Amino acid sequence: MKKVGNHNSFSKKLIFSLAMVLSLSLSSLAQDAAAPAAGAGDPAKGKAIFNTNCAACHKLDAKATGPALRGVADKYDKEWLYKWIHNSGELIKSGDAQAVKVFEENNKIPMTAFPQLSNEDIDNIIAYTSAPKEEAPAATATAATGGAAAQEGGVSNNLILGVLAFVLAILVVMLLFVKNVLNKIAAANGVEVAAKEKSLPIWKAFAKNQFLMLVTSIMMILIGMYFIYGYLMQIGVDQNYEPIQPIHFSHKIHAGDNKIDCKYCHSSARVSKNSGIPSLNVCMNCHKSISEFQGDKDSTYVEYSKEFYTGEIQKLYDAVGWDKTNMAYTGKTKPVKWVRVHNLPDFVYFNHSQHVSVAGVECQKCHGPVETFEIMKQHSPLTMGWCVNCHRETNVKVEGNAYYAKIHDELSKKYGVDKLTAAQMGGLECGKCHY
Amino acid sequence: MASNKKYWKSVEELDQNSSIVETLRNNEFVEEIPTDEFLGDAATLSASSTTRRDFLKYVGFSTAAASLAACEGPVVKSIPYVVQPEEIIPGVADYYATTMMDGFDFANILIKTREGRPIKVENNNLPNAKFGANARVHASVLSLYDSMRLKQPKIAGKDASWTDVNAAVTKSLAEAKAKGGQVVLLTNTMASPSTDRLIADFIAKNPTAKHVVYDAVSSSTALDAFQMVYGERALADYDFSKADVIVSVGADFLGDWQGGAYDAGYSQGRVPKNGKMSKHIQIEANMSLAGANADKRIPLTVTEQKHALVKIYNVVTGASVGAANLGKQEDAVMKAAQQLKAAGGKGVLVSGLDDVNAQLLVLAINKALTSEAFNPSAARLIRKGDSKAVAQLVADMKAGAVHTLIMNGVNPLYTLANSADFAEGLKKVKTSVSFSLREDETAVKSTIAAPAPHYLESWGDVMIAKGHYAIMQPTIRPLFDTKQFQEALMAWTGNTASYYDFLKAVGSSIAVGTTWNKLVHDGVYSSEVAVVSGGSADYATAASTLANAKNAGGLELVLYTKTGMGDGQQANNPWLQEFPDPLTRASWDNYVTVSKKDAEKLGLQNYNVANGGLNGSYTTIEVAGVKLENVPVIIQPGQAVGTIGLALGYGRKEGLKEEMQVGVNAYKLYANQNANQVAKVIKTEGDHEFACVQLQKTLMGRGDIIKDTTLEIFNTKDAEEWNPIPMVSLDHKETPATEVDLWDSFDRTIGHHFNLSIDLNACTGCGACVIACHAENNVPVVGKSEVRRSRDMHWLRIDRYYSSEETFKGDEVLKGNTSGLMNSIDTLTGMEDPSENPQVAFQPVMCQHCNHAPCETVCPVAATSHGRQGQNHMAYNRCVGTRYCANNCPYKVRRFNWFLYSKNSEFDYHMNDDLGRMVLNPDVNVRSRGVMEKCSMCIQMTQATILKAKREGREIKDGEFQTACSAACTSGAMVFGDVNDKDGQVAKLAEDERMYHLLEHIGTKPNVFYHVKVRNN
Repeated sequence: MKKVGNHNSFSKKLIFSLAMVLSLSLSSLAQDAAAPAAGAGDPAKGKAIFNTNCAACHKLDAKATGPALRGVADKYDKEWLYKWIHNSGELIKSGDAQAVKVFEENNKIPMTAFPQLSNEDIDNIIAYTSAPKEEAPAATATAATGGAAAQEGGVSNNLILGVLAFVLAILVVMLLFVKNVLNKIAAANGVEVAAKEKSLPIWKAFAKNQFLMLVTSIMMILIGMYFIYGYLMQIGVDQNYEPIQPIHFSHKIHAGDNKIDCKYCHSSARVSKNSGIPSLNVCMNCHKSISEFQGDKDSTYVEYSKEFYTGEIQKLYDAVGWDKTNMAYTGKTKPVKWVRVHNLPDFVYFNHSQHVSVAGVECQKCHGPVETFEIMKQHSPLTMGWCVNCHRETNVKVEGNAYYAKIHDELSKKYGVDKLTAAQMGGLECGKCHY
Repeated sequence: MASNKKYWKSVEELDQNSSIVETLRNNEFVEEIPTDEFLGDAATLSASSTTRRDFLKYVGFSTAAASLAACEGPVVKSIPYVVQPEEIIPGVADYYATTMMDGFDFANILIKTREGRPIKVENNNLPNAKFGANARVHASVLSLYDSMRLKQPKIAGKDASWTDVNAAVTKSLAEAKAKGGQVVLLTNTMASPSTDRLIADFIAKNPTAKHVVYDAVSSSTALDAFQMVYGERALADYDFSKADVIVSVGADFLGDWQGGAYDAGYSQGRVPKNGKMSKHIQIEANMSLAGANADKRIPLTVTEQKHALVKIYNVVTGASVGAANLGKQEDAVMKAAQQLKAAGGKGVLVSGLDDVNAQLLVLAINKALTSEAFNPSAARLIRKGDSKAVAQLVADMKAGAVHTLIMNGVNPLYTLANSADFAEGLKKVKTSVSFSLREDETAVKSTIAAPAPHYLESWGDVMIAKGHYAIMQPTIRPLFDTKQFQEALMAWTGNTASYYDFLKAVGSSIAVGTTWNKLVHDGVYSSEVAVVSGGSADYATAASTLANAKNAGGLELVLYTKTGMGDGQQANNPWLQEFPDPLTRASWDNYVTVSKKDAEKLGLQNYNVANGGLNGSYTTIEVAGVKLENVPVIIQPGQAVGTIGLALGYGRKEGLKEEMQVGVNAYKLYANQNANQVAKVIKTEGDHEFACVQLQKTLMGRGDIIKDTTLEIFNTKDAEEWNPIPMVSLDHKETPATEVDLWDSFDRTIGHHFNLSIDLNACTGCGACVIACHAENNVPVVGKSEVRRSRDMHWLRIDRYYSSEETFKGDEVLKGNTSGLMNSIDTLTGMEDPSENPQVAFQPVMCQHCNHAPCETVCPVAATSHGRQGQNHMAYNRCVGTRYCANNCPYKVRRFNWFLYSKNSEFDYHMNDDLGRMVLNPDVNVRSRGVMEKCSMCIQMTQATILKAKREGREIKDGEFQTACSAACTSGAMVFGDVNDKDGQVAKLAEDERMYHLLEHIGTKPNVFYHVKVRNN
């Protein structure tokens, strides 16, 4: 199996940290310069409002459903903007020439009215949209800080170890000196150091001792068998299998940072034996309006740049046939050939809905903390022993399920327990999974 | 010793001073070897920095990398939909109601699809969906994935497009119109109101056009008779559940007679209720399914059957037409006639005699009886073929009068007896178009071969019977570049609407009071029908003509269709080829059936060879000068002396895989489309090797395998008499076998405990369950030579037993009376032979899921074990193939994978091609070589039912649990369910007095149980 490690080479980190120092200073300078130009509003607040209300249709620097909004205050009069945002439909109806023009320029898609936004809110948004474009990628900054911290930790450890080694070396040298001195004293005093009797070399003695040989060879055989067994048992077990996928899909961004429920995309896990790799139309539910990566600065996207992620979103668009500039499907599709991570053999029947819907097992129980995985990997060994263990330890979730009412009563009486495990319910029978 | 002999290599060596010799001694290669030239560009090579050592390094590295990579598991790709259709959830099956229609079989069915692939046929269980699926309908889903299908249109054998086809046909039609040449539409019975309208449009646009309906297996005589009396070309419908006395004269109404699908009604009346059940008397020549199920079977030749029919007519109507005496069967026939008359409205008579007069008498008798089971009002419309019109067409074609011939769903070059005449005529036809699933005999010879879609890819409607309208809907996109006949008709008549819209309009106009969506959802629509009384015909003349019928000399041949093959349309379907005939139990063949007496006279024989295979003599059969050579013989108990039988539908060659080109083409003898012929049988050299799955013909008086009794005993005596519990000796005391046990029983009262009930009274042996089991469980097809070695893989078999005496009871009595070694050897040897007219019993046998299973105790690796729910589990991945279990199984239901049957070119059936594998059920494992397998009691289905209930948080209702076989059983013989559900049907059946277990005395405690067969004689 191909495995891709998260190689964080030391030199890379050094370069990153240098870049960070430079860029941080640059960007902070830039921000300082931009602040006074923003006017009355607070860009930080404006960003929050923008993300909740506007981001579905607008982007700062690119056309989405609506036009790009950076510098919108330079184009239009502020009072006009208030009116437009509060109720653009009315403005258009009133025959305002500018409003009609904007409406027609944007394919006559009416903009949702936001009467709940106060003028102050709108000022904040305008402040946010008036901030000049940031040049340096935010991600590198955090990367560098992280890298530097790790570096420091490494140095201090090495230092202690080095000092220790040094002390030990001095001790050895000193002992040698002491021995030398003692020998010299002995020679001076005429004390004869007894010559060493020539004894059998240890390996010969060992070879002659048949008992020792027997014990050792048994030990060797046992140890050998242990390792051979261990080797054989891992054949076909692909734990930590982490293949390179045609699209770099980050569960960390989707399930972790954006807290999308697993079953939003893997919806068939609720009703089907397959959890299902989501079809691309599911991706497009969100990615119609999210065409570029907008990760926060404080988040920790160490390895990949914003451009990289945006490029991956573009791969999705190519596959589903979406023209992001015209906001339209081209009809040219190219299905994505994902590499399957979790592969059960054909002779095993596994049903997701039994575990997800009936038993209420969290996805993470088997798939691990997927919300922290940048690249999907196989968390569990998926061996029969692993399945069986869980069936032995897990109680059947019977509450509120009329199916279990009778059988659970009768079986728990029979086994004399309050709660039945899956095994007691019959979850260890061969035919339940093998047919 | 070394020889000092000097060998001269060339003449030059003789010359001591030759410079060449010297040069050669110093330098073996005098000329420079052009390695650089050989390797390519010398300049580039010398400039290259890759040294020889580097090259070796690269080789070494890549070899190591390749071998390392080989240690890795394969990379599996997973490709989701780009846009997932709303109704498809991967892993969840969808069901669509549709109608099977191929001109021979018609059925209301549901299609199970997975990820958009149809994988199984299920019965449509709506109350008005009366036409259940038979074995062929169940198998038809595999015919969809036939790799030999015609994939695109061909004009004169060359690939073409539909545009070319339309242009060619339109041109030809215009030419025909201009010249006044005949245009003929030759179709099978489509019974489709929408198609009828399109054909009417077509004829209106092309005044020289006419429509000829041609059924490969014709019911023309019955249609003619019905038309004479009722003025319409249709067939009367019968409801056998309403009949107390059923007399059939040569009609295999449990087979394909007049469209089949009569078993459900028949079986209803066959299960004794309140001490009553119907009485079924069968008068016939061939041993048919109906005959095998009859209470009283009277074997008569065709001529004698005609006389018998006249006698019955006399008794019922009081007429007195003189007919010849029937010898020793005279009394039996007269008794049957009396019983029929006594039953009055509760009696019914049917006949399969291929004679207009006989069919007229059938109508007369049923009318005279005022039979409740006889229903001419809701007449069947699924046979329309007109033999006379077809004969006329062939004559016209030969005369060169036909300009354009458009065929749909017919293959006359294979199915016509006078196919040579048709071929000659076809040459004179300017343009011939053949809509066909495959490049069959006719499509090859037609100028245009038009690929038709399978019914699972088509829209359509069928008026199966009056008041019974059914819709066909596609369940998959067309796999190939196909077009429906209807679409083509619309294109040729300039109708630009789509066939779907047209069908929707027609369907909505017929199905009044329902919506189009509901109509498509249900698949069926029924409405009241007007009662017809019909006119009259000259029955007296018909009767006297029949009475004068005489044997023309020679053996009377009755052509029939086999349960597996039907009219032969699905000959490329390996499931059907391997399906054993319910009676002869032979697969992969057709053969001539002869009676034992005739066989002895002609020197024909059947014998078993050392490996158990059945061999039979070859014969040549001659009918009116037409000879059919190398027809193998099977000696059929119950075959009327003086008659022979031969199945249609075999011997096809074109468009079939080589393995499927088996049997002989009996259509060659189907002169004038009449099933009754007179033949001469001549023994020829050589023996034929059959693939027969059952060697044992009789039960040898073992009454505990199939328990049977008579209605009289059943009604008057205690169950101990007719269903005794076997006794075994425990501590030298006779003890009931059910109380003796080697093991301690587990408590099985908690949770589900599955039981399968099989009522031997209701089972007709139709075999639908066998094919349903194949489809559900990915059972492999092994081919003829493997079946012959008894390596068939059927998880479910239907055993057929003949009685050795007149009745099974007689066998038991005979066996009980034997004493002494010599005596018993003689008697028992004699009992191996079935009687001349035996009783027949069918017994479906699958894994009995014994609670105390002998197989489980002998498995050295615990690959087979028992579940709490009663199923005997088989873990294939654990099995090492010792076959101990199969040897220890008293029911012989375990099947061993001697070979790898999938992706193996040695077994070139559906599992060897990508298309055929589409039919596999993704919920069931495909077993590999060296593994034992057997019926799992469809654990994937029971588990799915449980999971559904769990998800919905509810208890499971009775009837929800099904197996593939129980769901396929239209006769209600198989009932599956949870025996712990005390109110459930299975629990009640398990308590029934007729219940018994197979081989109860060995104490296996099976979870499959049977019901004693009761005969009303």
